Amino acid sequence: MAATDPSHTTPLNSAPTQISDDARGYYTPGEPLVDPVAPTGPIGQRWTQRKFDNRLVNPANRRKLDVIIVGTGLAGGAAAATMGEAGYNVKSFCYQDSPRRAHSIAAQGGINAAKNYKEDGDSTFRLFYDTVKGGDYRSRESNVYRLAEVSADIIDQCVAQGVPFAREYGGLLDNRSFGGVQVSRTFYARGQTGQQLLIGAYQAMERQVAAGTVTEYTRHEMLEVIVVDGKARGIIARDLVTGEIETHLADVVVLATGGYGNVFFLSTNAMGSNVTAAWRAHRKGAYMANPCYTQIHPTCIPVSGDHQSKLTLMSESLRNDGRIWVPKNKEDCDKDPRDIPEEDRDYYLERIYPSFGNLVPRDIASRQAKNVCDEGRGVGPMVGDFRRGVYLDFTDAIARLGEDGIREKYDNLFDMYARITGENPYETPMRIYPAVHYVMGGLWVDYHLQSSIPGLFVTGEANFSDHGANRLGASALMQGLADGYFVLPNTIRDYLADGPFEKITEDHPAVVEARTQVEERVTKFLSINGTRSADSFHKELGHIMWEYCGMERSEDGLRKAIDMIRELKAAFWSDLKVLGTADSLNQSLEKAGRVADFIELGELMCIDALNRRESCGGHFRAESQTEDGEALRHDEEFAYVAAWEWGGEGGDPVLHKEDLIYTAIEMKQRSYK
Amino acid sequence: MDLTLNIWRQPDAVTHGALHTYQLAGISEDMSFLEMLDVLNEQLNAAGEDPVAFDSDCREGICGTCSLMINGQAHGPEVTTTCQLHMRSFKDGDTITVEPWRADAFPVLKDLVTDRSAFDRIIQSGGYISANTGSAPEANSVPAPRDKAMRAFNVATCIGCGACVAACPNGSASLFMGAKITHLGELPQGQPERYTRVVDMVAQHDAEGFGGCTNIGECTAACPKEIPLDVISQLNKDLRTAMKQGR
Repeated sequence: MAATDPSHTTPLNSAPTQISDDARGYYTPGEPLVDPVAPTGPIGQRWTQRKFDNRLVNPANRRKLDVIIVGTGLAGGAAAATMGEAGYNVKSFCYQDSPRRAHSIAAQGGINAAKNYKEDGDSTFRLFYDTVKGGDYRSRESNVYRLAEVSADIIDQCVAQGVPFAREYGGLLDNRSFGGVQVSRTFYARGQTGQQLLIGAYQAMERQVAAGTVTEYTRHEMLEVIVVDGKARGIIARDLVTGEIETHLADVVVLATGGYGNVFFLSTNAMGSNVTAAWRAHRKGAYMANPCYTQIHPTCIPVSGDHQSKLTLMSESLRNDGRIWVPKNKEDCDKDPRDIPEEDRDYYLERIYPSFGNLVPRDIASRQAKNVCDEGRGVGPMVGDFRRGVYLDFTDAIARLGEDGIREKYDNLFDMYARITGENPYETPMRIYPAVHYVMGGLWVDYHLQSSIPGLFVTGEANFSDHGANRLGASALMQGLADGYFVLPNTIRDYLADGPFEKITEDHPAVVEARTQVEERVTKFLSINGTRSADSFHKELGHIMWEYCGMERSEDGLRKAIDMIRELKAAFWSDLKVLGTADSLNQSLEKAGRVADFIELGELMCIDALNRRESCGGHFRAESQTEDGEALRHDEEFAYVAAWEWGGEGGDPVLHKEDLIYTAIEMKQRSYK
Repeated sequence: MDLTLNIWRQPDAVTHGALHTYQLAGISEDMSFLEMLDVLNEQLNAAGEDPVAFDSDCREGICGTCSLMINGQAHGPEVTTTCQLHMRSFKDGDTITVEPWRADAFPVLKDLVTDRSAFDRIIQSGGYISANTGSAPEANSVPAPRDKAMRAFNVATCIGCGACVAACPNGSASLFMGAKITHLGELPQGQPERYTRVVDMVAQHDAEGFGGCTNIGECTAACPKEIPLDVISQLNKDLRTAMKQGR
């Protein structure tokens, strides 16, 4: 790493100037965007200084301040617990039947923290550096440094709550190396780290429910944000059991509503994971940042047919021992893989990337799998016109370590695979295929995690956050808990120090308007009375997104996708069929609202991807690659955050650019050859 | 495969429900049980009939949202969650009866959807360690013996689905409660509140209308995470100690 100015005041790169304009005609250029609360000074002191500078709220005043937190995953659950402990009056909402079911629970691998327990050269700066580099230099350095800085506190907090992390024989915490980094900084609880961390946050939150500082509203879905005089002052939510439309007013609103990977229909997200809360906020004025940044995970169980409702991830640790291949010849694709001789197999990752082989980063492994399947060399069942799968073969590893050796390392994954596919992976190679897993894009926030609507804060995967164009393994859990336990409580107080704000009542015109919008939308869904289920539209949207806005995006493909999505939107609003009533538990109605918002988001994702004529992180543009087919970034044009403003119904979105200027790290192109 | 489904239909919490019969053809053995119900719902929607309401979310066996009594067994014939049960566990021509969790403390909301908020209230009564954000000591300042930490982890894998209650002839939530008491009781951080925790949780459990444990063991047999029966012994032991201490 080059020596940098220790006061971190000298820019190491110049502001980008975009020359290409692929998305012309689809958007309106807007004013440049600047984070109004961006800190300055030596990077290691920025957060400490900010915590001091941010105003405090007198403990006696806290109970007079109403805080709404939507979502109960790591970011929302941790924030609700912490804000409750501080004495604020918190209302927590989730669509699930219990806060403990939020999808953070499904994270497997672990959580990073710069504890340096292994004395292997780790530090806050190294975690910061790895995260910025891993994100392909598309994140804000101040935010990422703060994330690395609070990471160690997260582990302390979780251990104190009783999170049963893996331990060594001496009773001290164990670490492992994860996601291609060279230090061991990942804390884990077997393959269920997300579950254990979430249960920790959930229990802390339930303790506050008992203490009376947090009121929880389960089976409630936020359908609108209430904005009064330019400030977020509450939400409209639907009680999913009774169908009642409820108004909840507050001094501040926090969205911790997760990611929108389900825009692809098939993803590793939960069935209920959706963009509605974020999208409704976007339509009310919150900017959506870098929506096209999507992470696609290479080791998922392939699709078995059109009935498929979701995809299941298997930890990428499998790539440590498995060898990935497809037949050299298309004719061999339906043969029993054990009958295909060695010389007829193409171990394509080992062939193309001799030094990293099967351990290349997630995006490269995913893209190459798609390429070989597109060539017609995929394996497994035909899904549509293609076989979408590649082999992950443990034959060599079993020969080396024995079946018991493999069982010891991976038995839960092998069992899961066998249960879902009905095949025994000890005998026949596994089949894997990439799947959408995480989104780096999300609502734009400043250094205080406040969106472009004052009083609306966004945490966790729901914000565009700290991961740039690509997220490293074991960093999602870190960010969710950093935001919830340590960042938000210290930034929101600066906003709340001006409160309590003027009381508003349910008959305020802005409240009535928000409520009316929600009621009219519900009525509309039930009255279209067409022929197709919301699910069928969702599937169709997913096909478009996966094909044209998935692992590889091209100018022509994205233009085509935008047209197709616009047609789909028209069809949705004229041919949707939702049975049942508004005043009952109606899962079809819930689904319809979510799909309606996914369709609009899908269009914006394609426009964002079309505009960004470069390849970075999870975004690969066919027009921007090296002669060897590797991703090629264009920092001089695109080192900026693309923050999109809602352009109104039928209008074009407005693009605001926030330049990314580094003072502590110099940008570099990555190479895995 | 072709199937006959007997499914519990109940429009809301107050109206009486009944089993309705549906025919389903061309089901693939690669489908999960819930995907089979998705197919049924698409069919019902097309025919203008209200789809069957059922709970599911992660569909990878970890969130604990899905439920269902399948041919009288909680989560069906395999040791897993309903979302991870696949149709290859059934045969062409089978008749499958699908009902909601059966327990007074889990009232039916609609069709196969039940209200399990009693579990949240049991946790609220004491299923936590009091450690405000920011108050935690350095993580390695308190070592935890590895075997105890592993046992804590093993029982902390409970997903709170409620199969234990649904399977228990008494409708007891002792396995759920015992898992939490054991998880926190095995760790050094859980000691200060160990005996108040058990008393408070048991009181809440009883107030919610869950039944008592008579050591039948159906709970552990139905548990998709194979939580062992001895967590209930731990629960009783801690409760006895607490009572001796006059708590």
